[in-house]
Amino acid sequence: MKYVMLIYQGSTPLPHSEAWEAMPADQKQQIYTDYGKLNETPGVTPGVPMGLPANATTVRVQSGKTLTTDGPFVGMKEAAGGFFVLECEDLDGAIEVASRVPAARLGGAIEIRPCETYW
Amino acid sequence: MRDVLVATLEEVFREEWGRVLATLIGFLGDFDLAEEAAQEAFAIAAERWPASGIPKNPRAWLTVTARNRAIDRIRRDQTITRMPLSDVHLEATDSMTMSTFRDERVELVFTCCHPALSLDAQVALTLRTLGGLTTTEIARAFLVPEATMAQRLVRAKRKIKAAGIPFRVPPRDLLADRLAAVLAVVYLIFNEGYSGRDELASEALWLGHALAELLPDEPEVYGLLAMMLLHDSRRDARFDDGELVLLTEQDRSRWNVRQIDAGRAALGRAVALGGRGPYVLQAAIASLHADDDCDWAEIAALYGELGRLTDSPVVELNRAIALAEVDGAEAALRIVDALPLHDFRYLHATRADLLWRAGRVDDARAAYDRALALTEDGAERRFLERRLAELPASAGAAGRRGSTRRS
Repeated sequence: MKYVMLIYQGSTPLPHSEAWEAMPADQKQQIYTDYGKLNETPGVTPGVPMGLPANATTVRVQSGKTLTTDGPFVGMKEAAGGFFVLECEDLDGAIEVASRVPAARLGGAIEIRPCETYW
Repeated sequence: MRDVLVATLEEVFREEWGRVLATLIGFLGDFDLAEEAAQEAFAIAAERWPASGIPKNPRAWLTVTARNRAIDRIRRDQTITRMPLSDVHLEATDSMTMSTFRDERVELVFTCCHPALSLDAQVALTLRTLGGLTTTEIARAFLVPEATMAQRLVRAKRKIKAAGIPFRVPPRDLLADRLAAVLAVVYLIFNEGYSGRDELASEALWLGHALAELLPDEPEVYGLLAMMLLHDSRRDARFDDGELVLLTEQDRSRWNVRQIDAGRAALGRAVALGGRGPYVLQAAIASLHADDDCDWAEIAALYGELGRLTDSPVVELNRAIALAEVDGAEAALRIVDALPLHDFRYLHATRADLLWRAGRVDDARAAYDRALALTEDGAERRFLERRLAELPASAGAAGRRGSTRRS
């Protein structure tokens, strides 16, 4: 099975934020280490790093007119913070990898979406 | 004669459905295809067996017939993906044995109760696949429209396939959690049946027996089975003319002695396996409740242990009820009044009863009113109304000794 793993930050301290800066250095280091290990997990294809939702721009087209708004499509807290692709045996395998993503234990969550071919 | 045969057929179908379906899913890797094929095979059997008699090995007959149907169907659909078809088309005969087919019902139940499915879906799937209930029956039992239930089952099966939910017994590190989910589903079905829908209680018992057969080394499986048997043994005594009867006031001659014995045997097995989990403790409590001379101190102690495991205020409420028999109503009230269960009708019914026993009739009346405000029409409501009517008119009058023990 192939899955897209969507990382939602939730209340996870985001880089450059006060909460992040207030975090002890060894804890920050651990998070980087954990993401590093995740990217080396067999079956994982890392996604490209995503910038902060605060810097997102959302685009819609209505009656042929392009409308641009500031911020993510959903609320700041609900915005996706990253993604990676995982190939593994089954959903239990994907749940196991998801449980190792730091955001999952820091106030965020991982959404597991099976890849599907529609065409 | 024909009626006897029909009854026997139903029994065979009931026994074999889950097993045949599980084997097919394991073989085909597809819930829908397996279910359709099993249905066809069972329909053919229902048509032929009354005339031809039941084959010596009905399970093998059904499995092979269903499998052949499925293979025919795959051939027709030209979507052959996972199996070598050259040597699988066998004729179903009486001499066939099941040695080539594994019993995969455990895999099936763990798949149906996978936490990636909603609890509603887990319950429906378990009843449909392992229990063999029809969609119509499940919909009726859970009081939802048939179309809703059909949709729920379709979605669940689609998700199993699309999301890659495995068809297997979970590995050791996941087993405890996943088994708890399976037991929770069976217990939920039993509880739905406890309020009078007997067919669901029977279904839960049937599933409990099946699980005990399939997972003979898991104490909590026996604990759940024991608890269900012991509660169910009082089924006939819990209601009199449709009215709720309290445990202490039940006609013990209407308790099912055979079920009590079976429940205690299952409890013994659970304890022998080293079980001391939530279901084992609840079974032990139910077993003590069935004694002629109830050991309330021991029951309170077991509720204490259960409360430490589950951290549940409802368990603490039950501990208070048991403690009232040992230390008196006032002691119990001190516990009850501290519980964060303000909108829980049993809390107010219990309080009312304890207040009455403590001689605080006006407070008891207010508590019954509160309980009634939280209770829908039915036997429970009529019971509370009777209690309220029995309360002495004014404060200070000595009340009849009541009890709110679980009936």
